Amino acid sequence: MAPRPCAVLGIGQTKYKRRRDDVTLDGLVREAALRALEDAGATFDDIDAIVIGKAPDALEGVMMPLLSLCDALGAIGKPIHRVHTAGSVGASTAISAVNLVESGMYDTVLTVAYEKQSEGNATWALSGGKSGGQGAGGTFAPWIRNYIARSKAPEHIGWMVAVKDRLNALKNEYAHLHLPDISVEKVRESPMLWDPLHFLESCPSSDGAAAMVLGNDDIAKKSGRPPAWVISHAKRTEFGQFPGRDTVRPQAGVECSEALYRKAGITNPREQIDCAELYVPFSWYEPMWLEGHLIAEEGEGWKMTDAGDTELGGSFPVNMSGGVLSSNPIGASGMIRCLEAANQVRGTAGEYQVPGAKISIGHAYGGAAQYYAMWMVSSELNPEL
Amino acid sequence: MVSLAEDVAIVAFEQTPSHAHFNDSEPAMIMPCVNSVIEQVGMDRHDIDFTIAGSCDYLSGMPFAFVMNIDAVGAWPPVYESHVEMDGAWALFEGFVRLQSGDIDTVLVSGSGKCSPGSYREGFSLQTDPYVHAPIGLDPRTQAGFQAQALIAAGKATERDFAEVVARSHANAKNNPYAQLSGDLFVDDLLAEPYVQQPLRRLDCPPTSDGAAAMIIARADRARELCDNPVWIRAIDHRIDSHHPTLRDLTDSPSVRIAAERVGLYDGPVDIAELTVTYSPEEIILRDALGLNGQTSVNPSGGPLTGSPFMAVGLTRVIELARAIRNGDGGRGVAHASSGPALQQNLLCVLEGDG
Repeated sequence: MAPRPCAVLGIGQTKYKRRRDDVTLDGLVREAALRALEDAGATFDDIDAIVIGKAPDALEGVMMPLLSLCDALGAIGKPIHRVHTAGSVGASTAISAVNLVESGMYDTVLTVAYEKQSEGNATWALSGGKSGGQGAGGTFAPWIRNYIARSKAPEHIGWMVAVKDRLNALKNEYAHLHLPDISVEKVRESPMLWDPLHFLESCPSSDGAAAMVLGNDDIAKKSGRPPAWVISHAKRTEFGQFPGRDTVRPQAGVECSEALYRKAGITNPREQIDCAELYVPFSWYEPMWLEGHLIAEEGEGWKMTDAGDTELGGSFPVNMSGGVLSSNPIGASGMIRCLEAANQVRGTAGEYQVPGAKISIGHAYGGAAQYYAMWMVSSELNPEL
Repeated sequence: MVSLAEDVAIVAFEQTPSHAHFNDSEPAMIMPCVNSVIEQVGMDRHDIDFTIAGSCDYLSGMPFAFVMNIDAVGAWPPVYESHVEMDGAWALFEGFVRLQSGDIDTVLVSGSGKCSPGSYREGFSLQTDPYVHAPIGLDPRTQAGFQAQALIAAGKATERDFAEVVARSHANAKNNPYAQLSGDLFVDDLLAEPYVQQPLRRLDCPPTSDGAAAMIIARADRARELCDNPVWIRAIDHRIDSHHPTLRDLTDSPSVRIAAERVGLYDGPVDIAELTVTYSPEEIILRDALGLNGQTSVNPSGGPLTGSPFMAVGLTRVIELARAIRNGDGGRGVAHASSGPALQQNLLCVLEGDG
């Protein structure tokens, strides 16, 4: 049997901010879930199964949190399970939810991802639970320096990405950072955290939740809501360290995008895909992923950024919503990439809509840039490429 | 019962013994299981289409502990892989669901956990909500005590019933080389033991265990190529009850009843039931919710009371059932996994032999 067609029929997000002390964890996930249900024209009664995801339990100190969140998510008497694949988890969770629909076993699935970073210490957790750890930026900075050395990219590329994503975020009411006076100068003058990453080239620490309602083709037809068909998805994992590993352009990332494009029949991603939400927690990862996911040739990704191609009005917009650089509730960040890709092809992206977007991708990575999860959505089930 | 697009079978399985303390890393427990299942079917590990694992960071005391476990899978060249922060039985669920799409043939499933390095009661009290229950340390043994007391108060069981579950489990485990505890126990002796959590005594509770388990499942055509005696997964379903103990009737399990209906448990005989009885009173609740009668052999392996490596223990129930069916001990049975305190979340998996 072929996989059952699956579409995004509802999208819900909370406002992302430094500290959501107005809600409990239950309240946070429920807020996103209810908005997704409302957008889908559905209620909890319509949901056959729930899939949740987040980064390590230690971030909030709640072990296997689906057990305490099931009531708030309307899951009593239903299947609910929890995905955890490091930073890629938000996108992995969305893909697991797609698997449920594609299996034919579940017609309508609710998927939710969240993080309440203010309840814990993310840098501690991201350092494997060791005090004084280097955090994510400390892990990635040497690889970014290696990228710069290999590609001969000028140093202003990182600053440009930091400005572009924050300007995009001004159009997104849910974005955490709204920095209207952001500028290349401000980024350059901000404190150096991990050379070459300045403070303003780094993602914020956010609280927030994101949710989607997914349904099969029958449900999509009945709902009357604009569907974002999930026409392809792929995941790949590799070891975090071994001799000869290419940490700038990890093979798992290359193979993940190859699998994604192959399944959708994409032969020229730069031309056939209209826009992308890529997981860019540190500015330089925009050109690195443009190359690492085969949108640009090796050494050419930064030139797309430099030429303004990745801006909202450019030829290949990236992170129209403001991206991870503007909102980072870690476990949800990958799901936000997926749902923002869906917003584009549904035509529901509001002020940051790419006109006529038909095919878009959502992407996340995690661990030591070793976990990859990507999906491709389209306004049509069988789009003409 | 849910209709399925694809028939799926277990083609290979392996488990470690339940160790009181495994003196090496978690990947070192998983790797022999993974190597064994691959060898059983004569596959190259790179030909496995999808891999999915279940484990829990908190057991290892380290965020991202699961990342280390991919060492046991061999993630180079890159693999198509995922992970659930749950017992391996839920990894099996997702692997089974994934096969229903019909575009891949084989899934490697594993589950692993080391309870010995940490304090189980302290750690698992964090499974409760962080606002009301976790701050007072409402750990699983305490909730199991509530559940046992509720059964007694409702007239549904006595302490002697609990002791009988313990004695039978330990006796059954004598034939199980993977069991951590086994032997002939006498109910009156058990009842003379002091309480650890009234009305529970030491052996009403599980031992501290380390262990891992793995299996390969495959779509029908591939399953027949890979082995002569596939064990068919006829259905799998899981359901959850409220996290708030006072919102539940602790003497019953509505989630098990729903799951039993969904997997079509009564569409055929239930020869064997391998149940995640973490505390002895749970067997009484499960027997009742599953409607088991004298026809069903319950926990012939001895069950979790004789070895309980959390995160592997549920998947191990499926393996024990598959082994019993392969051995001809029965033609059809149900495996049960549980998550959360007081049987909060429950998974059922119906297996049949190749008859």
